[in-house]
Amino acid sequence: MANEVVDHGRRRFLTAATAVVGGVGIVAAAVPFLKSWEPSARAKAAGAPVIADISKIELGQKVDFAWRGLPVFVVNRTPEQLAILPSLDPRLSDPNSTVDQQPDYIKGPDRSIKPEWLVMIGICTHLGCVPEMWPAIKPEPFDPDWKGGFFCPCHKSRYDLSGRVFKGVPAPKNMVIPPYNFADETHIQIGVDPKGAG
Amino acid sequence: MANVFTRMGDWVVERSPGMLPMYRKHMTEYYAPKNFNLWYYFGSLAMLVLVNQIVTGIFLTMNYNPSAAGAFDSVEYIMRDVEWGWLIRYMHSTGASLFFVVVFLHMFRGMMYGSFKKPRELVWLLGMLIYLALMAEAFMGYVLPWGNMSFWGAKVIISLFGTIPVIGSTLVQWIMGDYLPADATLNRFFALHVIALPLVLLLLVVLHLAALHEVGSNNPDGVEIKKGPKGNRWDPLKPADGIPFHPYYTVKDLFGVGVFLMIAAFIIFFAPMLGGWFLEHDNFIRANNLVTPAQIKPVWYFTPFYAIVRMFPAMFGTAVWGVLAMFSSIAVLFALPWLDVGEVKSIRYRGTGYKVALGLFVFAFFGLGAVGTDLTAELIPKLFGHVDVTFWENLFGRSMTAIYFGYFVFLWLYTHLGWEKTKPVPERVTTHD
Repeated sequence: MANEVVDHGRRRFLTAATAVVGGVGIVAAAVPFLKSWEPSARAKAAGAPVIADISKIELGQKVDFAWRGLPVFVVNRTPEQLAILPSLDPRLSDPNSTVDQQPDYIKGPDRSIKPEWLVMIGICTHLGCVPEMWPAIKPEPFDPDWKGGFFCPCHKSRYDLSGRVFKGVPAPKNMVIPPYNFADETHIQIGVDPKGAG
Repeated sequence: MANVFTRMGDWVVERSPGMLPMYRKHMTEYYAPKNFNLWYYFGSLAMLVLVNQIVTGIFLTMNYNPSAAGAFDSVEYIMRDVEWGWLIRYMHSTGASLFFVVVFLHMFRGMMYGSFKKPRELVWLLGMLIYLALMAEAFMGYVLPWGNMSFWGAKVIISLFGTIPVIGSTLVQWIMGDYLPADATLNRFFALHVIALPLVLLLLVVLHLAALHEVGSNNPDGVEIKKGPKGNRWDPLKPADGIPFHPYYTVKDLFGVGVFLMIAAFIIFFAPMLGGWFLEHDNFIRANNLVTPAQIKPVWYFTPFYAIVRMFPAMFGTAVWGVLAMFSSIAVLFALPWLDVGEVKSIRYRGTGYKVALGLFVFAFFGLGAVGTDLTAELIPKLFGHVDVTFWENLFGRSMTAIYFGYFVFLWLYTHLGWEKTKPVPERVTTHD
């Protein structure tokens, strides 16, 4: 036994094969642990559509609704506010909403189905804070030329009243418009496209 | 009686003969340079705080409820109803901030005296890993009370990973285990905070010390005592400028512990929130996923790095640049031993350029901290009246960011191109007899 010649090639092959099989085993065993961090079935099921009653929202007012745990802003915009929107285009980074942040049926500077009603996920596209609405058209500390819009307190990103992002701020994209439809004159269903769209 | 203890001691030594030599190697026969100064307190103080965090942390888990529904109330329960619960929690929360105070000073000591240089690169790398683990540990601990700052802090920090192109949003969902920070997030952060990261931290601390004791401690003169003359009162073969860690430095460190505990006790008993710096006002409000606090900023020890995120606007349709810069600001510290290759270790004998650069670096660190804590946003209108605050804040913050990174670029040029004019380094530590 002791005098037998060691077959190094065979030893190398066995070592490598053991390492490879063991490595594959470790990777396979890691999958359940990594997958256990994904949203659970219960968390996924909680994402049902929401009906928002808009009959009590005054002109110029914003009301927040929760959908999938996210704040959805519903704003009743005034004609003056809507009139300002196109004039802001040169200061915005994506004025025509070309980046995919809204359903196909959302177009134009008002980014809405009915121009006066803005329905938008109120989450800053930078790092997920909830921006505040600063509707007044007057110089603000963060922008001397402010025409009304949304301002994020976390990293000072600015958006217009359609959630279109300004140039030169940390946020890269316009805020997200969720799929929604008008169930009737005073109710919006958030989470479902209008019939025949989407 | 003494006989019984001696026999018990002998019994252990007989069965584990390696224990006594290990104690000697790391304590009574670990010869540290005799010229340690005030800056050398912070390593042992960091260990003291680590022990404090572990002990108070264990007792906090006994009454804390890691669920989105129960966490906030259980923290209030600890504060109001659990006997001495307020003290245990304030020791833990104050300990967290003081941990960063001593660790920042400890790291600055290393930079100033060149303790990261050959042969101690590994000690530095392990220390940087400790710092990384500590940041993760502190962040997750901060989330646990589930106040409104906890919630939004978690959301913003996790969203940092969402800026990574392509995989970002999936990664964020994977970390949170939901579409927003929720029960699943809180539970996994609790598990990581109380089990996983403390184990990692302890292991890294052991490795950090083991690596240090292999090469020996640096000192304020940056002189290698192992290369100096041999022979001291205890051992003719050991460095002449070394003294046994125990009892000399254990006693010195005990003095530091006394002073440190006085400061800590003052904060714990008289100003546990430290005016909103150690515990933030908005975190006494329950987590609300629909309302972001008006002034959202991280705890002070993250602010210099957090400010860097804000200084980079979105470009090419992605916000990843600020996040990349923030991670680089920490990653670049790992590379310090290979950026600063100057032969002379200690600031005492280094060139004027180095001293100015280090001063500017410290200034930039505090400047970024001021931007991150919104101090600049408050001060600019007070000092300069009606001006475009965002513009001036960005200008200041971007300059500070440039100086922060500039320090490392400068050091690289300064030492690689031989621009540095150093003073002669003494043969032995300056306080030898």
